[in-house]
Amino acid sequence: MTDAVLPPARVALVGNPNSGKTALFNALTGSRQKVANYAGVTVERKEGVLTTPGGRIVHILDLPGTYSLRARSPDEAVTRDAVLGRLAGEVAPDVLICVADATNLRLVLRLALELKAVGRPFVLALNMYDIAQRQGLRIDLEQLSREIGAPIVTTVATRKRGIEDLVRQVDQLSLGATPSDSVWHEPSAAEIRDAHREAQRIVKACVRPAERPDTLTGKIDGVLLHPVFGLLILLALLFVMFQAVFTWAAPLMELVDAGFSGLAQLVATVLPPGLLASFIGDGLIAGVGSVLVFLPQILILFFFILLLEDSGYMARAAFLMDKIMGGAGLHGRAFIPLLSSFACAIPGIMSTRVIDNKHDRLTTILVAPLMTCSARIPVYTLIIGAFIPQQTVWGVLSLQGLVMFGLYAAGIVSALLVSFVIRRVFWRGTVEPFMMELPTYRWPEARNVLMNLWTRVRIFLSRAGRIILPLMVLIWALSTFPYPPPGAPGPAIDYSIAGRLGHLLQPLLAPIGFNWQMTVALIPGMAAREVAVAALGTVYAVGDPNGGTVALASALQSQWSLATALSFLAWYVFAPQCVATLAVVKRETNGWLWPTVMFVYMVALAYLASLVVYHVAVALGGG
Amino acid sequence: MSDVLVFQSASLDAGTAEASRVRPLSSAAKGERGVIVQVGGVTGATEAIHADELERRLLEMGFVEGAVIEVLHEGAFGRDPIALRVDDMRVALRRREAAAVSVRFDGIKP
Repeated sequence: MTDAVLPPARVALVGNPNSGKTALFNALTGSRQKVANYAGVTVERKEGVLTTPGGRIVHILDLPGTYSLRARSPDEAVTRDAVLGRLAGEVAPDVLICVADATNLRLVLRLALELKAVGRPFVLALNMYDIAQRQGLRIDLEQLSREIGAPIVTTVATRKRGIEDLVRQVDQLSLGATPSDSVWHEPSAAEIRDAHREAQRIVKACVRPAERPDTLTGKIDGVLLHPVFGLLILLALLFVMFQAVFTWAAPLMELVDAGFSGLAQLVATVLPPGLLASFIGDGLIAGVGSVLVFLPQILILFFFILLLEDSGYMARAAFLMDKIMGGAGLHGRAFIPLLSSFACAIPGIMSTRVIDNKHDRLTTILVAPLMTCSARIPVYTLIIGAFIPQQTVWGVLSLQGLVMFGLYAAGIVSALLVSFVIRRVFWRGTVEPFMMELPTYRWPEARNVLMNLWTRVRIFLSRAGRIILPLMVLIWALSTFPYPPPGAPGPAIDYSIAGRLGHLLQPLLAPIGFNWQMTVALIPGMAAREVAVAALGTVYAVGDPNGGTVALASALQSQWSLATALSFLAWYVFAPQCVATLAVVKRETNGWLWPTVMFVYMVALAYLASLVVYHVAVALGGG
Repeated sequence: MSDVLVFQSASLDAGTAEASRVRPLSSAAKGERGVIVQVGGVTGATEAIHADELERRLLEMGFVEGAVIEVLHEGAFGRDPIALRVDDMRVALRRREAAAVSVRFDGIKP
C-alpha cells in the first residue's frame, strides 16, 4: 500500500503571534485535532492530521507563536526546542511551515532567517494574502523565495485558499529536501540588528509598499484607545459580557441541573437503596453535575474571549488595563484570566498561559480564586436571603444587592492587595516588560471561533473530568463512611469521617462563630463551593437538599446569629473551598508548592476576615 | 517640544539643534514622530530584566535603529503605557521600557 512507500510526514507550524497561524492549522486539519500537554511542561500541544491527495498521512503540530527562536517564555521554549528537534518525547519535524502575515513581512522574515539557520526544510506561507492584495501590496514571490531559500505559498486560511498548494509543497519537501546541520545559536543584540538589516534589504527588494494601506485600524484605535471613551467602551463590553454569562447561561444551567437531578432520581428508583445507589447518585452524578453546571457559563465566557482575541481587541484591553493592573503588580494580560475567574477560577487559571513571565503568571494564578466565581453565588444568595432584610437604601438600592456587590468588591480589592503584597514579598522588583503588538483589527471568522471554542471546551471537560471526578468520589466517601449506628438520632453525615473531622475542627473555628454543623458542611463543601448549601441542608436535615432552600433559609435563621452568618460570608469570600482549583493549580505549576501556598494564605485570610467580621458584628449587637 | 523651537529660533548651529532633538522615547507625547537612533545602552537604575535582554526584546519587536516611530496613543492613567507605530507595525510599550530607546524627534503630527 501507499503507506509502506510513503511514511507519514511530520510538520510543525511556526509563526509570529497574530499571523493567522491557528486559522491555518484549522484549515489544514479540520476537525482532526488533538490537544494535550507537552511532556513535563504545561504548554498546550495541538496536533492535527491531514491526508494528502496521494493518500499520505501528515501530522501537523501547531507551535506557540513567537517573534524569535530565542525563547522568552515556556511556550516559546517549546517552539524553539520543537524546531530544533530537541524536545523531549517529540520526533523532530520533517518540514516547517513558517506562517507570515503577508501585510507585515519584516518581523517574520527575521524569524525565517533564523529558521534558515536551523537547516530544516521549510516553506513560507504568506497568509492573509487577500488583505495584502486589497491593500495593493505587491510582493515579488519568486525573488522573495530566492532570498530566503525556501518555497513560498500564498494562503487565505479563513477561506481555505492555497491550502492544497501548501500541502503539495510540504509533501514534496518532506520527500525531496534533506535537512542540513543546524548552525542556529541564540542571537546576540548585534546579530539581531544584522538580521533586521537583512530583512529590511529583502523587503526593499521584493515588496512594493501598499497603495492603500489599512487606515481603519488607526481610526478604530482612535476611539477604542481613547483615554476616556476607550475605558468606557471596555467597561460597557465587560458589562455585556457579564450579563451574557449570568443571564444567557441561566436557562442552560437549569437544564443541566435538571438533567442531572433527573438522572440521580432515576438511579434512586432503579437501584435498590444502598451503597451502590448512593455512590452513583450522590457521588458520581452529583459530583459531575456540580461541575458541568458551569459549562454554559464557561462556553459563553470563552466565546466572548475568542471574539475579543480574534478581532484584535484583547491587546487593546490589556493596553487600557495595564496601568491599573500594574499598580497591583500584575501584567496587563492578567486582566483576562482574572475576568474569566468570575465564572470559574479553573478556566481563569488555565488561561494564565497567555502571560509570558513566570512570576507574573504565578501571581495571577494565586489571586485568581479570590475573584467571586459563580459557585459562590448559591452560598451568598442563601445567606443574604436568610439574614439581610429586604430593604431599600437611599430610596433606590436594595440592601441585599448592596451586600452582594460588597462581597464582589471584597474579592476584587483583596485580589489586587494580595498580588501587591506577593510582588513585595516574593519577587521584589522583577517587573516583566509590557511590550505587545497591537494587531490589525479583523472580523472574527465564525468557523474559526467555533472550532477554537470546541477545543477550549474539550480541554475544560477532559481536564476537569480527570481531576474533579476522583476528588468528588473521595469527598463522597469521606461523607459516607463509616455508617451511623442503627437507630442513631442525628444525620448520617455526622458519623462519617467528614463529620468527625468537622467536630474535630470545630474548636478551631469557634472563635469565628462557626457551630459544628457549619464546620461539618465545610468538608463536603470542598468539592465545590455551592455543595456547602446541600451539605448544610443535610446536617440540618431539612428534607430534600436540592429543592429546599427556603426551608433551609428558615432553619438557618433560627439557628445562626447575624454575626455567624456574616462571618460565614466573609469565610466564603476568601476560603479555598474548592479542591478542583487547587488540583488545577498543581497541574499548571507542576508541583505541590504553589497549591500549598495558595491554600495556606487563603485559609489564613478567610480566618482573619471571619474573625474580624464576627467580633465586630457581635460588638455591634449582632451576636 | 517648545525647547526645540527655542533652539531653532535662536539659530544655533545645526549640530546642537540636532542633538537637542534626541530624547528617550519615554518622554514622548502623543503625536510626536521621529527616528530611532539608539536602542539599549541607556539603562535605568531599577531595570528589572537585564539591560542586554531588554535590548534584544526591543529589537525583536521591531525597535531598531533607523525605524520610524510615531506615538499614536497614551494610556489614561499617568499617560502610560504608550501605543506606537514602529515602521508598519503597532506596538504597545510602558514608558519604563521606552526609556531604553533614544529617538530623534522630527516634529509633531498636525
